[in-house]
Amino acid sequence: MLDFMEKIKIAEAVSAFTDWITDTFSFLFNPIKNQLGNFMDWFSDKLAAIPPIIVILIVVIAAFFISGKRVGLPIFSLIGLWLIYNQELWEELMFTFALVLVASILAVIIGVPFGILMSKSRTAESIITPILDFMQTMPAFVYLIPAVAFFGIGMVPGIFASVIFATPPTVRFTNLGIRQVSKELVEASDAFGSTGSQKLFKVELPMAKRTIMAGINQTVMLSLSMVVIASMIGSPGLGREVLSALQRAQVGPGFVAGIGIVILAIIIDRFTQNLNTEKKK
Amino acid sequence: MPVIKVEGLSKIFGKNINQAKKLLDKGTTKDEILKQTGCTVGVNRASFEVEEGEVFVIMGLSGSGKSTLVRLLNRLIEPTEGSVLVDGEDLAKVDKQTLRKVRREKMSMVFQKFALFPHRTILENAGFGLEIQGLEKNEQTKKAKESLELVGLGDYINQYPEQLSGGMQQRVGLARALANDPEVLLMDEAFSALDPLIRKDMQDELLDLQANMKKTIIFITHDLDEALRIGDRIALMKDGSIVQIGSPEEILVNPANDYVEKFVEDVDRSKVLTAEHIMKRPETINIEKHGPRVALERMKDEGISSIYVTDGKRNLKGYVTADDASDARKNEIRDLNEILRTDVPTVKKDTSMNDIFEVIYDSPIPIAVVEDGKLFGIIVRGAVIAALAGEGEVKLSNA
Repeated sequence: MLDFMEKIKIAEAVSAFTDWITDTFSFLFNPIKNQLGNFMDWFSDKLAAIPPIIVILIVVIAAFFISGKRVGLPIFSLIGLWLIYNQELWEELMFTFALVLVASILAVIIGVPFGILMSKSRTAESIITPILDFMQTMPAFVYLIPAVAFFGIGMVPGIFASVIFATPPTVRFTNLGIRQVSKELVEASDAFGSTGSQKLFKVELPMAKRTIMAGINQTVMLSLSMVVIASMIGSPGLGREVLSALQRAQVGPGFVAGIGIVILAIIIDRFTQNLNTEKKK
Repeated sequence: MPVIKVEGLSKIFGKNINQAKKLLDKGTTKDEILKQTGCTVGVNRASFEVEEGEVFVIMGLSGSGKSTLVRLLNRLIEPTEGSVLVDGEDLAKVDKQTLRKVRREKMSMVFQKFALFPHRTILENAGFGLEIQGLEKNEQTKKAKESLELVGLGDYINQYPEQLSGGMQQRVGLARALANDPEVLLMDEAFSALDPLIRKDMQDELLDLQANMKKTIIFITHDLDEALRIGDRIALMKDGSIVQIGSPEEILVNPANDYVEKFVEDVDRSKVLTAEHIMKRPETINIEKHGPRVALERMKDEGISSIYVTDGKRNLKGYVTADDASDARKNEIRDLNEILRTDVPTVKKDTSMNDIFEVIYDSPIPIAVVEDGKLFGIIVRGAVIAALAGEGEVKLSNA
């Protein structure tokens, strides 16, 4: 009954398309791969070169002030980071952190303008929304394949896949935040003769800040999860430890590396959340 | 020349606007247009003029289109048709840049729910319009401060809106609008969100400010008492159309149609009506010509128990009672002066009903409306009650 047509060659088409992109845009991908790759090497080396005790102290002190001079987060950071150091995973931690940081920053730089665009134009919203849905529901592993095709293996494809996977929340929340700004405030800013950009920067973005920050928090967490998965295409860091433990069926080391990721996740999450609430009057 | 001249201004919401426009021109009702085209008529061919320095109140119930109308004036909502002439320039047609310039320099708006920016201090809120104009920072601060002092908030400049009470927040809203020194102030239900006592204070304060500033104010409200208190003229709206424009008195005394009359019914008339509205032509006798006998006859004819006495030039002399006149006739007293009583309860033409109440309450006789010693009319208790009940007996007396 259903065999009225041959199998549609979607897989072949996508492969061909990816090949075509790889060939056509290699002039673009290669410099990105080299430049970003060099930068990442330099950056993660520098991070790893800072004495752990200094990093831990900075984090603990920052945690103390960011969490409103409470002691919970600083104590957790101190013990957690010390534990990772103690398990000789410090360098991996720094690699992972460098990847998350860069991927998140890129995701935010890309995501916020798209979110603004979406909030300003219904057409843009109706086009971008399904794309975001697609990006978020597609299994994360799938992004690794074109990432390798475009950028080879290593840190750069990991960042590429993380950015694709982690951008949607920032876009969505920026859109939501701007659309949630009360109509009266928008009217007030119009009534006083604001230009579009005055309205955006003086009223809409400041008012939407908390919502956007919630989106950024999500983005950071998603990019952390993707950075771990990206170890499958050669990204260094804690994820690689998990992966190699998996390949060798070593429960113990796998667990330790996993705990390291959990600790990093909690610290990053609390930091970004508290940055959001800190400004509250 | 009027500052604002609105002609045939309409707003239709919906998709079949052209069709709806045609129906509107034929005079089809709002409900009928909604049924036929699915379009909502927000404002239906409104026309009016506002003079410089005038407080023009647009009043109507919710859904009457008053908030839409005020937003058509500064084009927060795009008009479907018609024109808004401000200083001779049609705002409905100008380009965006000119519109911005007008919004920055000529028209400011005060909002119902204050619409203050929660992330800005009071000073920054008040200076918002100036900041948008691109004024230099020092100048901004100076003008915003002056404006805040004008509304009595000079000490709160570093607070945030949420730290202030509703009344104070709206003062900030007012200060923000005044800081631009606009010609026209649009106030959209500016005091409606405040509780009654504060609202009254704010109305008084606005009137005080207005006495010095002489801005042109367009004030939207659903509260007739408020409209009557602050409006020089009032436009009443129903279903998107303006049904009557007039001074507070004209609207109260001569409602244009049943709708206005119904609206006016609930008003606390005691605040608006004055002695002049409810007085009637007095029965009098002339002290130079008449004696107690005539006085008694006149009272008998009219069925009253006392009568006012004037001279030939209507100067009030006093009154006589039926009992005194009857005694006088028996005792053959010819001169009215001997029985004349002078403890006359008087009010002036513009005395309000509230004050008339106090006088009439313990007066055994009708009270006299006197201006410069001349008797203009009398007020009987029944008239006061009738006026308060709004039974249509309120007619301007020509006395």
